[in-house]
Amino acid sequence: MTAVITVPPSLDDKSFEHVLEQLAAQPEDAKIIVDARHCTFGTPYGLTAMLTLGQTRAERATFLPPIDGNVSTYWSRAGFFRYAEELFDIQGSVPRVRSTDEGDKLLGITPIAAAADVHLVVERIAEQARHILTTRLKLEPKAQMGFTMALSETVQNIVDHAGRPGWVMAQAYQYRQRLAGRWVAEIVVCDPGMGFRRSLEMGNRRPITDRWGDGLALETALVQGVSRFPEAGRGQGLKGTRGYIGRRNGKLTIRSGTSRIGLIPTWDDSVPLQENMPYFPGAQLRVIIPGEIAGGTP
Amino acid sequence: MTRIDVGSVLRNSANLPYRNLVTRSTGAAVRQCIELELAALPADETATLDFSQIGMMDFSCADEIVAKLLLDPPQGAPARTGGGVIFHGITDHHLEAIEDVLHHHGLAMVVHFADGGARLVGAVNDDERSIWDVVYATGGTSTQALADRAGRDLAEVQQVLELLHSRRLVRQAETGYHPLGTLQ
Repeated sequence: MTAVITVPPSLDDKSFEHVLEQLAAQPEDAKIIVDARHCTFGTPYGLTAMLTLGQTRAERATFLPPIDGNVSTYWSRAGFFRYAEELFDIQGSVPRVRSTDEGDKLLGITPIAAAADVHLVVERIAEQARHILTTRLKLEPKAQMGFTMALSETVQNIVDHAGRPGWVMAQAYQYRQRLAGRWVAEIVVCDPGMGFRRSLEMGNRRPITDRWGDGLALETALVQGVSRFPEAGRGQGLKGTRGYIGRRNGKLTIRSGTSRIGLIPTWDDSVPLQENMPYFPGAQLRVIIPGEIAGGTP
Repeated sequence: MTRIDVGSVLRNSANLPYRNLVTRSTGAAVRQCIELELAALPADETATLDFSQIGMMDFSCADEIVAKLLLDPPQGAPARTGGGVIFHGITDHHLEAIEDVLHHHGLAMVVHFADGGARLVGAVNDDERSIWDVVYATGGTSTQALADRAGRDLAEVQQVLELLHSRRLVRQAETGYHPLGTLQ
């Protein structure tokens, strides 16, 4: 039997959980139809997580794209359909666009499989993003460099830990729901790989405790800076990224397995650790860096 | 003093067509090339690692290159020059990642900045920094003269200098203690 998974009208990190709730009842090899026809908005998280979902299905899923032409065009420009065509059977036509990099996108959806892809992403951001980060977010060069470092380190997590290819996308936008519409830059990195818990288990780095699970694995990696590699310097990337985000009053969330951990700034009301969520393989990481306001970073 | 252009190592020796030092595998490739160059130097030669042509460096590369070059080489790795390593061309853009990994490992390094000044970066206490500043300001002299200049007890200064020497942050000669080298 084929199950229909309905994509909410607004596809973002919160509403993607509704997609996963519907998916939880379906075995991995079940035939599913992902119905995004009535979707009118997709964030970088929503788009990259949707591609990740496509990677996780043993039986190739069917995808019904948004009916709204503006929405489909935006998704095309972000690079979504280019990659979705490889993962889903797309029913219906999707707009063809010549370029995936325009507007306020810092980086269109980009596949990450190897270290060379990380270099490519960093070089591309350095070329494309400087103007937006300077004029819209008013970030000084050192803060821009920190943004690129955060991008590099988060993307490397796929290469070093996931064991499967993943995705990255970065975008600048005015955050109307929070921060009084201030400009922010967002990085999203999603993969369907082994996730934090299995990565630490593979390296025999899990703490001895009855509490062991996805939540504690995320805590062990993010808060204690433990990596699956026993070398003294490993885990520095995530730790350094956490430091940069903290200094910029930014937000970091990592979802892996059944849990999500967050470095939550005062302007956001998310919970720092959420457990018992619907299972989704791999790791999905989201960074938000607010732009400057008069008088400096809040 | 031998100068090693890290940008050139990245592009030529490690054969990676980039100017940014990102990813651990890139860092390891660059470090291994630098280690071979260091191993070929005379035992007391000081080497300058020049980062002028490097755009950005992430935490993983800072750990893989800077920290591992300062740590004692693992068994089987090429021996290092005993003359120490000076870092040049380091900008604010590199410092964030470098300072982070140095503090993590309890390491310190000598940086010659573009303005001609030099300072210690990383995990050093006030004592080590002030005595190192005196060594640098005098260009090197006897332990007694350094203690006089610092206005400190000779035995205390001797102890700090030995520590700085063991961390390869100053050179020891018959005449006393000296800076690792001046930029050429």
